[in-house]
Amino acid sequence: MSAQPIADNLFTEDMSALVGARNRETGHIFFPLPLTPDDNIEPIRLASRGTVWTYTVQRFPPKAPYAGPTDPEKFKPYAVAYVSLPGQTMVETRLTGVDVDDVKIGMEVELTAIPLDPDAPPEEQKLIHAFKPVQGE
Amino acid sequence: MSDVCIVGAGIHPFGRTEGRDGMDQGIFAVKQALADSGIEWKDVEFAFGGSAASGNADNMVSQLGLTGIQFINVSNGCATGGSALNAAVSAIKSGEYEMGMAVGFDKHPRGAFNADPSSYGLPNWYGEAGYMLTVQFFGAKIMRYLHEHNISRETLGRVAEKAFRNGVKTDHAWRRSEVDLETIMNAPMICDPLTKYMFCSPAEGAVALILASEKKAKELGVPIIRLKSSVMRTRPPGSFEVFAASIDNERGGTATEIASKAAFEQAGMGPEDIDIAQLQDTESGAEIMHMAENGFCKPGDQEQWLLEGWSEINGKLPINTDGGCLACGEPIGASGLRQVYENVVQLRGTAGARQVPGDPKTAYTQVYGAPGVSAVTILQR
Repeated sequence: MSAQPIADNLFTEDMSALVGARNRETGHIFFPLPLTPDDNIEPIRLASRGTVWTYTVQRFPPKAPYAGPTDPEKFKPYAVAYVSLPGQTMVETRLTGVDVDDVKIGMEVELTAIPLDPDAPPEEQKLIHAFKPVQGE
Repeated sequence: MSDVCIVGAGIHPFGRTEGRDGMDQGIFAVKQALADSGIEWKDVEFAFGGSAASGNADNMVSQLGLTGIQFINVSNGCATGGSALNAAVSAIKSGEYEMGMAVGFDKHPRGAFNADPSSYGLPNWYGEAGYMLTVQFFGAKIMRYLHEHNISRETLGRVAEKAFRNGVKTDHAWRRSEVDLETIMNAPMICDPLTKYMFCSPAEGAVALILASEKKAKELGVPIIRLKSSVMRTRPPGSFEVFAASIDNERGGTATEIASKAAFEQAGMGPEDIDIAQLQDTESGAEIMHMAENGFCKPGDQEQWLLEGWSEINGKLPINTDGGCLACGEPIGASGLRQVYENVVQLRGTAGARQVPGDPKTAYTQVYGAPGVSAVTILQR
C-alpha cells in the first residue's frame, strides 16, 4: 500500500483538489467538510490555485496532537499560510517548494500533497495538503 | 441613572508563586480588596467569579465565610474576568443589590494551553498536521496587518520593550527587568514575525474588585471610581480568529470594534476623552491592532505612535502602564480584571513609579480572547 491521505474527505478521490463545504441556503463556502453530516451542507471541489493572503512560520516542533517529526535535531520549520481561492474561501495550509524565508504575501500557489513525515516508510506515510509556488510565473 | 462604583481593589502578584494554588491567590486578592474598601466579607451581598483552570470560584466561600451569599461562577475564556465584572455591574444597576464583588484567578502550568481539535469542532487531522497552535494564529494575523498598513517589525519590538520597561515599575508584574530592542528583535523567532519576547506566557495571579451603588459608595467614604461602561461582545461575520481551517475572502469587523463602540456610547465619550488605556497584548501585534480597533488611532499610525513614545507612561495616551500581559503573564480568569485594577490605582493617583502624570480622570480597558470575544470598561474618577 502506498501513502494515504491523513483523513477521508480532505482531498477529492483523485487528489487533485481539496473538498470544501457549501451551505445550500446561504452559499457560504468553507473548509473542511464538517464531520457531522448536515442536509444544508454540500461538498464542493475547491480551486487548486490561489494566492498567499498571509503566512507565518512554525519555528519549533509542536507538541501533541502534532503527529509529524518532533525531534528538535531534525525538525524543519514549516510555513503555514492562508491561501485565497478566488470566489470561494481562504484555506489554511502548509507551503512547500519554497524556503520559509522567501515566502511573500501575494505569491501564486497551487495545491499539492506532502508526507507529514518524509522519513517514515512509504507504506506508513500520511499525506497532508500543501500549496507550492506556481512554476514559471 | 446613578453610576456603579469601584470601592475596593485587590491583587495577588502575577507570575509564579510556588506552593499557593490559584484559588488561594484569589482569596488573597479578595482579602486585600475588602481591606481596601474598609468592609468585611459579611457585607458583600453577591459575587461573580471565575477561573479557567483553578476550580469553581464559589468554593471560595469555604475560606471567606459561609455567609450564604449568591455566588455565580463565570466561564467565558479570556473574557471571564470582564464578564464577571459585567454581571456584577448589572446586578447593582438592577437595584437588587447595593454591594458585591467580581473576582478572577488562575494558575496555569508552564507551556499550558494545549488545545484539542474536537473541542473546536475541528477534525483530528488539523492537530496531527500541525495547525493546533495559537502562536501560528497570532503570527499570521499580524503578518497580514503589518503588510496591509505598512508597519515595520521594529514596531512590534518597541511594544515589547515598553511593556518590560513598565513592568520594572510594577509591584504586581512578573517580568521585572528591561529588555532592549536589539535583544527583542534578535531573539529566537517563534512564529514569524513574532520573536520570543513578543509573546506573553501562561501565568498565575488573581484580582478582586468590590463594587457598590453610588449611594453605598458615598456612605463608605472611600475614593470613588465610577464605572461608566462595562460591555462584552462576541464576533461579527468575517473576523479572523484562532484555529480557523478557513476564513472568508470577504473580511469583516472584530468583536473589539463592536464592544468599543458600545462602551463609548454607553459612557457618552469618545476615544479622545480617554487619559489611560489598558489593551489586550497577548503578543505585541495584539496591542498594535487594538490601538486602532478601539479607535485610539488609524491603522498604520501605530508606527509613529511607538516611535514617538506616545503610548509611554508620560505620552499623550499611556497604554499598558503595568506592562500588560507581556510583563504580567496571562492567568486567563484574572487577566481582564488586572487591567481594571491598574486603572483604579492610576485614577487614585497611587501607582508610584509608574503613575501617569497630569491627574488622569478617565481610563479604558479592553480584553480579547478566543474565539472572538471582547470586553471593554471605561472608568472615571
